[in-house]
Amino acid sequence: MNWRRVLTIAMKEYRQFFRDHRTVAATMLMPLIQVVLYGYLSSDVRYQPTIVWDLSRTAESRHLLDAFANSQYFSFVARAHAMRDVVRAIDGGTALAGIVIPPDYARQIHDKKKPEVMVAVDASDATAARTALSVADAVGNSMTQRLVIRQMRLAGVRPPSVGIDVRTRAWYNPGLRQEVFIVPGVLALVMQFTMTFLSMSTIVRERELGTLEQLVVSPIRSGELMLGKMLPLITIGYINLTTILLFAVFWFRVPVAGSVVLLYVTVFLFFFTTLGLGTLVSTIAKTYIQATQLIQFFLMPSMLLSGFIFPVDAMPPVLRAASYFVPLTYFLTIVRGIIIKGVGLEYLWRQIALLTLFGVVVFTVAVLRFRKRID
Amino acid sequence: MSGDLSVHVEHLTRRFGAFTAVDGISFDIRAGEIWGFLGPNGAGKSTTIRILCGILAPTSGTATVLGFDVARDPEAVKLRIGYMAQGSSLWNDLTVEEHMRLYAGLFGLSGAKRRAAVEEWTARVGLTEQRGVLAGALPGGFRKRLALGCALMHRPQMLFLDEPTAGVDPLSRREFWDLIVGFADAGTTVMVTTHYMDEAEHCNRLALIYGGKIVARGTPSELKRAPDAGVTVEILSERNVAILDALDGVPFVRSAALAGASLHVTVDDRRDVDGLRALLEGRGFDAGPLRDVTPSLEDVFASVVRSP
Repeated sequence: MNWRRVLTIAMKEYRQFFRDHRTVAATMLMPLIQVVLYGYLSSDVRYQPTIVWDLSRTAESRHLLDAFANSQYFSFVARAHAMRDVVRAIDGGTALAGIVIPPDYARQIHDKKKPEVMVAVDASDATAARTALSVADAVGNSMTQRLVIRQMRLAGVRPPSVGIDVRTRAWYNPGLRQEVFIVPGVLALVMQFTMTFLSMSTIVRERELGTLEQLVVSPIRSGELMLGKMLPLITIGYINLTTILLFAVFWFRVPVAGSVVLLYVTVFLFFFTTLGLGTLVSTIAKTYIQATQLIQFFLMPSMLLSGFIFPVDAMPPVLRAASYFVPLTYFLTIVRGIIIKGVGLEYLWRQIALLTLFGVVVFTVAVLRFRKRID
Repeated sequence: MSGDLSVHVEHLTRRFGAFTAVDGISFDIRAGEIWGFLGPNGAGKSTTIRILCGILAPTSGTATVLGFDVARDPEAVKLRIGYMAQGSSLWNDLTVEEHMRLYAGLFGLSGAKRRAAVEEWTARVGLTEQRGVLAGALPGGFRKRLALGCALMHRPQMLFLDEPTAGVDPLSRREFWDLIVGFADAGTTVMVTTHYMDEAEHCNRLALIYGGKIVARGTPSELKRAPDAGVTVEILSERNVAILDALDGVPFVRSAALAGASLHVTVDDRRDVDGLRALLEGRGFDAGPLRDVTPSLEDVFASVVRSP
């Protein structure tokens, strides 16, 4: 390994990268745009636009509606005067939920009967609907409980104090803030995207331009050439990591619970995997366009299988097995483990070992193929 | 192998799938000469040069460059040669000086040696004033000179130039050739491919390649006098183009091409000149005297390629 040659190539790559303002802007801004978008879009399903058809128009029905509004999950946007209005609002998308209170609601309560209240939800988006429905259920239950207690008191009976008191604790993310979970995931995803694309473009572009031939005919070894090209990319990767991390901490208030040093060290392992992958693709593809299409075959499934959106534990066995072949899976576990849970090597060593294995294999294959392609 | 041979090629073949790009060629290049490789696009010139530079493996046959087998020891070859590839071999987003520094670094120069080499070669290819200019902003002739400077910086014993003057204006081509001849005089062996026949006159010896095979070889004057070169006559007529059309497909006419204001026609031998005259007169052309001329390399090439 001749370090002078490695350094010569690295200097050339630095110059070319920073001279190309558009690429610099894209590489530096894209991660931030992604973090901001995911960070805000991941906020909870709240304030669902709701249309109300209150046929009762009594103090009792208003009391119930207040309870719905106080849950913060329903926000009343319109008042219906017929069932037709409710259907139209939900069909048209101006409302995602409809609440219908029957005309005899108050009377039934006074008669100690069970009034029926309808909550209809647009369940096209099952996740959002599930939240709305369970909140509606909870609102109903707590209203019922209050009514029972009041009626017992009215009847001169002391309400019993039996029942199970379930005390819930949300560990690691007590505020149950979705962005605490999503933002570290975006960090991993962005790293994968940036590194594969940059390594692809630095090699395929050079081949397209015919300049790779010039380098190959010089005495530089393929290992030196690859390393020289990767060093600047690793620096860019660390710059990206730092900006995303600063954004996560100071903008989204995502606390870093664990060791930042460990995070920076493990990211290096992930760089090896992703840079190797980009190089591998560029030894297969003939043009940059081809390479970007090829890499999608890997990036798309890896995003879906890694647990970035869908938890790996909830996957069918075949897909869960497939997720073990996605390096992002390990890196996500590591990043979330360090940032959210604050755990260290004692729990993450298995993922770190597997990620290292991945990096070594992918990078070695890439170097070998790179050498062959020169031919 | 003889010590004063820079390149020795025997039965060299390279196939790409079913296509044979180079078909069992053999040739030698003597130390210090300018050796030209002529042929149309796709004839196998670039493939041969790539093999000799150690970046493409031969399918069969052997090639040694400066005493090293290119298939077995390509790195030893790469250290000692300079190579200027066809087309753009520059980084448009790097300056002249950055190119020079890059090549100096790749060949292991550093510190004061590197600075001196960069300065010397920038001056030798006449780009000192353009040192801070991006390669992408340089005109064609300057680009070629920059590429040449890069290829020569490490003082190679052997220089491979693949179509070095393609797409360059005539004046820049002449300047470029002055540089090449200068380096050859200083002892560097040069192998150059071109399809500009006039440039071939600069070569000490040359070979014509067509369809992967060498179809003729020798010094420029040998080639022009070769017995199988046929007889070339000059027709001076105001109806050159019409005559050219009329000669198309005539069996004994090997080649016919406009050469300035006249028309050069190469026929198989002396007797065919009379046949040519008869044919022209029969079609109503005033053929004039049909003077013998020394064929240009272009005539030679066209005639060699046409003859069976």
